[in-house]
Amino acid sequence: MSTQSYVSGSSQPIFNWKKVLKNHGGLVALVVILGFNILVTPNFLQLQTLFVNISQVATIAIVAMGMTLVIATGGIDLSVGAIMALAGAIAPLIFQSEFGQMYPALGVALAIGFPLLVAMACGLFNGVLVSVLKVQPIIATLILFISGRGIAQVLTNGNLQTFKNPNFSYLGTGKILGLPFQGWLAIAIACVLFWIISRTIFGRYVLAIGGNERAATLSGGPVRRVKIAVYIICGALSGLAGLIVVAINSASDAARNGDLMELDAIAAAVVGGALLQGGRAPIFGAILGAVIIQLVKYTLLANGVEDEVALIAKALIIVAAVYIQQARKE
Amino acid sequence: MDAVQKAFNGVVALDGASLDIEKGEVHALIGQNGAGKSTLIKILTGVYHSDGGHVHFDGAESFISSPREAQSAGIATIYQELNLVPLRSVTENIVMGYEPKRMGVFIDWDEAHKRAREILQRFGIDIDVTARLGSFSTAIQQLVAIARAVSLDAKLVIMDEPTSSLDVSEVKVLFGVVRGLRDAGVSVLYVSHFLDELFEICDRVTTMRDGRTVDCRKMKGVTKLDLISGMLGRASSEIAEAGMTEFSGGEAKHGEVLLCAENIATGPRLTKLDITVHRGEIVGLGGLLGSGRTEAARALFGIDALTGGAVSLKGASARLETPAAAIKAGIALLTEDRKAEGIIPDMSVRENLTLALLPKLTRNGQIDRAREREIVQSFIDALGIKTAGMEQPIRELSGGNQQKVLLARWLAVEPELLILDEPTRGVDVGAKREIQAIIRDYVSKGFGVVLISSEFEELVEGADRIVVLNEGRSIKELKNPGITEDILVRALAHTGEEAA
Repeated sequence: MSTQSYVSGSSQPIFNWKKVLKNHGGLVALVVILGFNILVTPNFLQLQTLFVNISQVATIAIVAMGMTLVIATGGIDLSVGAIMALAGAIAPLIFQSEFGQMYPALGVALAIGFPLLVAMACGLFNGVLVSVLKVQPIIATLILFISGRGIAQVLTNGNLQTFKNPNFSYLGTGKILGLPFQGWLAIAIACVLFWIISRTIFGRYVLAIGGNERAATLSGGPVRRVKIAVYIICGALSGLAGLIVVAINSASDAARNGDLMELDAIAAAVVGGALLQGGRAPIFGAILGAVIIQLVKYTLLANGVEDEVALIAKALIIVAAVYIQQARKE
Repeated sequence: MDAVQKAFNGVVALDGASLDIEKGEVHALIGQNGAGKSTLIKILTGVYHSDGGHVHFDGAESFISSPREAQSAGIATIYQELNLVPLRSVTENIVMGYEPKRMGVFIDWDEAHKRAREILQRFGIDIDVTARLGSFSTAIQQLVAIARAVSLDAKLVIMDEPTSSLDVSEVKVLFGVVRGLRDAGVSVLYVSHFLDELFEICDRVTTMRDGRTVDCRKMKGVTKLDLISGMLGRASSEIAEAGMTEFSGGEAKHGEVLLCAENIATGPRLTKLDITVHRGEIVGLGGLLGSGRTEAARALFGIDALTGGAVSLKGASARLETPAAAIKAGIALLTEDRKAEGIIPDMSVRENLTLALLPKLTRNGQIDRAREREIVQSFIDALGIKTAGMEQPIRELSGGNQQKVLLARWLAVEPELLILDEPTRGVDVGAKREIQAIIRDYVSKGFGVVLISSEFEELVEGADRIVVLNEGRSIKELKNPGITEDILVRALAHTGEEAA
């Protein structure tokens, strides 16, 4: 009960090894990938490698946690990548504006706060479509999936915005105790979300809605509001990830920021143990899933495999994860 | 068909059912829920395969192994849920799969429309066959389904609750078509819960009970009382002799009025319900399937919006627009469908039990887990819920214990009015008695209960008063002590006609 890394509707005994293997296939996969890299990939066991991977994995993990919440209610959010692009496009516009130049501190604060608000508004839009207008989540979020990136490109006239702003860049390049700032941020978010899921009434409703929405409604649960809230949280986390990507690169490219992130995030959530029909919200599982996805990417890249081939590998991971899910159900 | 048997996983659904339908007759098939009507029909139409017995069709013994085969043999089924394509034209729906062809490949639409028009005219229906089927009323769609069946040279048409979604005038049209079929030599097997209809169009009636066909007779000379007693398995003479006692009005010997609903309606399935519940009282809702029992519960719990009437709680008028509002007002509903509307299968006993209580267990959004466990444990002990522990997933519990958890979910909230829809359905005898005792005990604390049950025994013994429902209306009120099952059955039978 106390040290479980998964939160779900039911809790299982921890030291049942067969169950651990079946339910924690992700951990096994992680060990295999690490072992492979230590043996094959040159210079894998170096601090530099760790830093590169942490700074990359943080964005996937942050989005994947939001995705996990949405999936836990039985929904899905395809718009996360587009929201990243939108948030990332707005930030430089603010701190590079005349106002932002005049009041640098306030400019940076607004450049972080305002894009997050916009991202939350996007989540609100998704949530209202899904829970009030009863649009299928996959269709509802497809709207911003298409138009969100378009809006971002219109805002920036399709230009790459480059900048030099060390305060803002701290989001993506800062270090605490020698480790990248965004890694700490991801862990902090995970702890908060884990607490929310396991200890609060909101978290209980999230899992109840995914487990049996009808029963949750008939028990007086605020089903609509909870569903809207998870999309808002997912939107906010996507926006944050978009800001981090921009901060890492000291440049905002609306066409590429968050491209295909929806697939990475869904894959990470599923690899981490989320059930697509809802009812489970393994927050730390999502981080584990993100680490696996990132390591696979890195492994292929470091060994000279082309990007296009890496996409195929990612698809195979999703297939494997879904297969394990099926086995888990039986 | 003769002595047909069918068992599912060892549970016998059909145990020697026999049915014979003559050419050109309208044959009614009646029985309570679970009597085996659907299973019988599904064997006839090849959806299920029988474990024993014989089916003769058109003189020869036949083995119908698939719905497709049934269709080509001349057996057509009109289901409640129409298996048509609303977005396509009327013509397409009628000729689908048998389209007239030109040069072997192209559909000859002129010919198809002409054929569709001719088929429909035989039933006296004159509609634009090129219009989308979905643009017509349910009744017309149903008639199109029948027309399609007849155009495929059906010799036997099976109608499963054909009138459940039709209004009075549409029913008349449907009956005209059914008579037309009969006159053309087509046989009709007519399944319906609405007994009054049967007298109007059926020639013979077969009654089923507990997987057997218990009775087959001519419709002429049969009374509604006979049909009901056949379905329930009680001699009609016995019921008739028991006499009829009217309990109406009568001052409340219980506490103050808790709930008063007057003339409430939510749609065609619930048109006029009056019910009053006092503190410390169990009020039963009696009626056959389709009488509006469940709809009444849904209306009082705020699931279905009221289209008429008014509800007052403790003397003040109440607007119950959502389940959440109803719960806040002190009403709870234990739903009939435990699986779809009750349990959250993957959650633990603890999480299922406290689902409705959560807001009261929460401070600043955080659940008080110590108190939660304490409350759950007290209910597990008090109700005798058999579980390996409160963390066990509820899906692993037996039906009776799941039901106790759901009952506890509501008892924990302490609703002033607890509505129980089939609280003991599908639970074993022991658990059933325990649940009934729990309900009694709850009422004795000054709360009110509305009890819905298809088991008359449970109603008669459990309820202080019984409001009798028929076709969406409350028609009579019986009062205990003094109610017997026979009196209840008679009250149900004497709906509309006051003869006998």
